Amino acid sequence: MTRWVLRAVMALGLFFIYVPLLLVLVNSFNGDRTFGWPPHDFTTQWWSAAWRNGGARDALWTSVKAGLGATAIALVLGTMVAFAVQRFQFFGRDTVSLLVVLPIALPGIVTGIALDSAWRSVIAPLGIGKGLFSVIVGHATFCVVTVYNNVLARLRRSGVNLEEASADLGASPFQTFRYITFPMLRSALLAGGLLAFALSFDEIIVTTFTAGPGIQTLPIWIFNNLFRPNQAPVVNVVAAVLIVLSVLPVWLAQRLAGPEAGASRT
Amino acid sequence: MSTPAIRLSGLRKTFGPVEAVAGIDLEITDGEFFSMLGPSGSGKTTVLRMIAGFDRPTAGTVALGGRDVTRLPAYERDVNTVFQDYALFPHLSVIENVEYGLKVRKVPRRERRARAEQALEAVQLAGFGGRKPSAMSGGQRQRVALARALVNRPKVLLLDEPLGALDLKLREQMQVELKQIQRDVGITFVFVTHDQDEALTMSDRVAVFDAGRIAQVGTPEAVYEQPATPFVAGFVGTSNLLTGAAARSLTGRDGTFSVRPEKITIGAEGAPGTVSEVIYAGPVTRFVVDLDAGARMVVVEQNRRTGKAQRGERVQLTWQQEHVIEIGGNRAA
Repeated sequence: MTRWVLRAVMALGLFFIYVPLLLVLVNSFNGDRTFGWPPHDFTTQWWSAAWRNGGARDALWTSVKAGLGATAIALVLGTMVAFAVQRFQFFGRDTVSLLVVLPIALPGIVTGIALDSAWRSVIAPLGIGKGLFSVIVGHATFCVVTVYNNVLARLRRSGVNLEEASADLGASPFQTFRYITFPMLRSALLAGGLLAFALSFDEIIVTTFTAGPGIQTLPIWIFNNLFRPNQAPVVNVVAAVLIVLSVLPVWLAQRLAGPEAGASRT
Repeated sequence: MSTPAIRLSGLRKTFGPVEAVAGIDLEITDGEFFSMLGPSGSGKTTVLRMIAGFDRPTAGTVALGGRDVTRLPAYERDVNTVFQDYALFPHLSVIENVEYGLKVRKVPRRERRARAEQALEAVQLAGFGGRKPSAMSGGQRQRVALARALVNRPKVLLLDEPLGALDLKLREQMQVELKQIQRDVGITFVFVTHDQDEALTMSDRVAVFDAGRIAQVGTPEAVYEQPATPFVAGFVGTSNLLTGAAARSLTGRDGTFSVRPEKITIGAEGAPGTVSEVIYAGPVTRFVVDLDAGARMVVVEQNRRTGKAQRGERVQLTWQQEHVIEIGGNRAA
């Protein structure tokens, strides 16, 4: 009895999450301009229209650059903080750990406002105006945590034994990092990086506050074009692309973090 | 006398308020099979880690082959370690694990492969080089760890409870093999264990650790037959301690004495007592006898005859004077 209830609840939950997404995908092929339901015509004209749409293409490119930039920063900083927290004892270690994780929980609007005013009052006077770079920095604030968490978990599981064994066999600290530590972390870095990229790729609130003039990421482009009637079909296509591009890294990240990680500790 | 392979002087290590190693002076001879025996928390592993270079001593020095290495990092010391959990690199194959030490020391590829194959052969794992450590059994991993350390031909090999994770049969087999390998390669082995049988069977000399100090150093026979403290007597083998009034009435002297269980005979004469426990253990039977004089004695008899004493039976125990050990002194004559 409870089994059936649980199943029904789960089915309902999944239904509400995925059916609307499916609708977007279906509508991107819907021949009817007003998206009459059920669709009677199949067409790919919206897809080719989207492809020819310069604004959407530029926005896609901007999003990719912002995502790569934020991921790069997250990889470097997240890994360094994870090492510091896991391998060293220092005053305020737990606080640092909390401060790194916090941005993911902070409301985006708060982060956005804070970054906006910080940029205006501190960084802009230094001659660095808002642009793509400010978007990257804004995204990095909450992307660091995905890399940090993945690397921290891996470091915790593998312990220092293997590094001691490597040193014992005569490897310098650099050799140990190159031959032992880094290969052990590789899949954790990849998983964390992919998640960071996915987070950045669909971010809209922080982006709104940090983007300089003329900088439009894909989600922002969608938001701006959503209510223009003649752009609606193209918006569907772009949304469909966005779904695929965000699901893929998350799916890969899950696969990387899953089975292989368990086998490494024996 | 030649320079000792290892010399520890005034070695101390504290972790916060805890004094793990409380002042150790020790010389280990070149080519010796030396065991550090003690219960967990007695400081033996910490001493090993300080010899390897993983932990810095709080005070004192570590010298290897006459050279002070106290300040040298692990990777600049000519010692190798076989870890308790083996610490094989899971992302490398067995042969890559074994040749790792040669690789980081820039030994040419062909030579290091050949030496690694040889080392695997020496531990009877020829042909296993292509496997991943996760595809090996516990005993095989143990051999890989041994080969990985020995291939570097270190001056000293440190072994941190390397047989702890193996089952009894395999452990006994590895004890014999380890001893044989040590004789063949002729390098100094420092073997950390909490298993007294292991320490007694394999070692040239044993150091018994008690609360961060060495209670006694000596040959297995000396440690067993002439324990220096009640702790050593109790930890190495079973001891029947006689103190106070019981000691006076049974030995006629004041002091602390011990008689090993296998030295006692149950017979028709001697000290009277009651059997309180009979434990059958295959080749031998252990009897716990409460003597009227006020001591509890464990007696081990080989199961060569039938009709042994039962629980609750009145018996008499005898032993030879020469088997009465005065703790902290020599055998009572």
